[in-house]
Amino acid sequence: MTTPVVLLTGFLGSGKTTLLQRLLTDTSMDGAAVLINEFGEVGLDHHLLDRIDDNVVLLKSGCICCTVRGEVADALENLNSLRAREEIAFDRVVIETTGLADPYPVLQTLTAHPVLRSHFTNGGVMTTVDAVNAELQVEHRAEAVRQIAAADRIILTKTDLADPENEAALRARLGRINPAARIATTLDSVESILGDFGPTTFATPVAGQGDHDHACGPDCADHTHHHAHGHHSHHHDDALGVTSFSLVIEQAIDWTMFGTWLTLLLHKHGDRIFRVKGILALEGEDRPIAVHGVQHLVHAPTHMEHWPEGPRQSRLVFIMEGISPDQVRRSFAAFTGISAVRAAA
Amino acid sequence: MCSLCGILGCDDHWTNAIARPGVYSRNHDTQSRRAEESRRIKAANAVLSFRRLKLDVWQGRSYVVASPTGGSSVFEALSHLWPEAEALAGREFDPLDENLMSWMEEQR
Repeated sequence: MTTPVVLLTGFLGSGKTTLLQRLLTDTSMDGAAVLINEFGEVGLDHHLLDRIDDNVVLLKSGCICCTVRGEVADALENLNSLRAREEIAFDRVVIETTGLADPYPVLQTLTAHPVLRSHFTNGGVMTTVDAVNAELQVEHRAEAVRQIAAADRIILTKTDLADPENEAALRARLGRINPAARIATTLDSVESILGDFGPTTFATPVAGQGDHDHACGPDCADHTHHHAHGHHSHHHDDALGVTSFSLVIEQAIDWTMFGTWLTLLLHKHGDRIFRVKGILALEGEDRPIAVHGVQHLVHAPTHMEHWPEGPRQSRLVFIMEGISPDQVRRSFAAFTGISAVRAAA
Repeated sequence: MCSLCGILGCDDHWTNAIARPGVYSRNHDTQSRRAEESRRIKAANAVLSFRRLKLDVWQGRSYVVASPTGGSSVFEALSHLWPEAEALAGREFDPLDENLMSWMEEQR
């Protein structure tokens, strides 16, 4: 049985620690061990979490995305050893990253580390977004966009200080950057924030399934194409050229060729594909398969128990930078032999 | 061992994940593993043929990708295929490349 590791990320000052403190008051988090990555010389955050001090390991080497990955691995191995010796007990781990962290290296550590991958699994990425300052951060900081793109759940913070119109605009923008993530706020109950949280949650309809949720502006190059067949849609955001794009495939997919295609796609373009998330109907399989990846990394595919509500069709969401959705659609069709037009038949 | 970085136990690629509860895999037993391996080699060869390369199993445990000029590279996990193939071909395999997409369409 592997232990889920929840990654709590968000830009500097976006309220990660405040959210974590609140989450830890909930009984469902009683069995959580917490790892805090700390940026700078003086550790402040861990003092705020003394309630769980037995299980806190402070990572002291600064930015998690370039230097601490080994320490993340060491800290998790240490936790696992302590648990094996029955010195501590926990049933999940929360890692709070620095505000400048790219979530990908930590997720990569969980998946690729030869020991950790047998004991821990990705429990989902929760990203805090400051409702007051996020617009500016998203405009200018690639880290903020990557954190949002990697999120399975986005938690809007400081909504009590934000203008309602600005909050609505921000929500729309977050939906364009990452249509697959559900958005909650810190004003919501802990149960609501944590409910149904995980990397393979598909309760939220994947954007682009319908023909009328297209959020493109009038300058969208694919606008005509989208409405012509309705089997893919995309959403632009000016933030660093991010595009989210979804494919809907009605025909069952050849798993082997799909794997070959996605592996090659992420091998060449993983730096620009912030997120892939999807649910697949495979040839010869009754149950759906969930796949999700962040940049070059794809987690072990999940064999879901049943189909979510709605039509039984494959859906794939890409969050990309500087790649044309039409290129991806054409490439998928060329490799798998399934075109959107054929899927419509 | 990874032939690129030397790390042990690195062959748990997502397309061939070690079978465990909740994980979708065709890596359940020897028969299913070999059948899927055969399909993966066939799929990879459809792409590799774009640069006239060919993939095969080597001594039952590793893989070898070979060029028509006699060059070859042996590696232990299919997750290393594309870096090895690109090094051997001296050119990239870009699934968004128009020529490769056309090649794949012609294969069907």
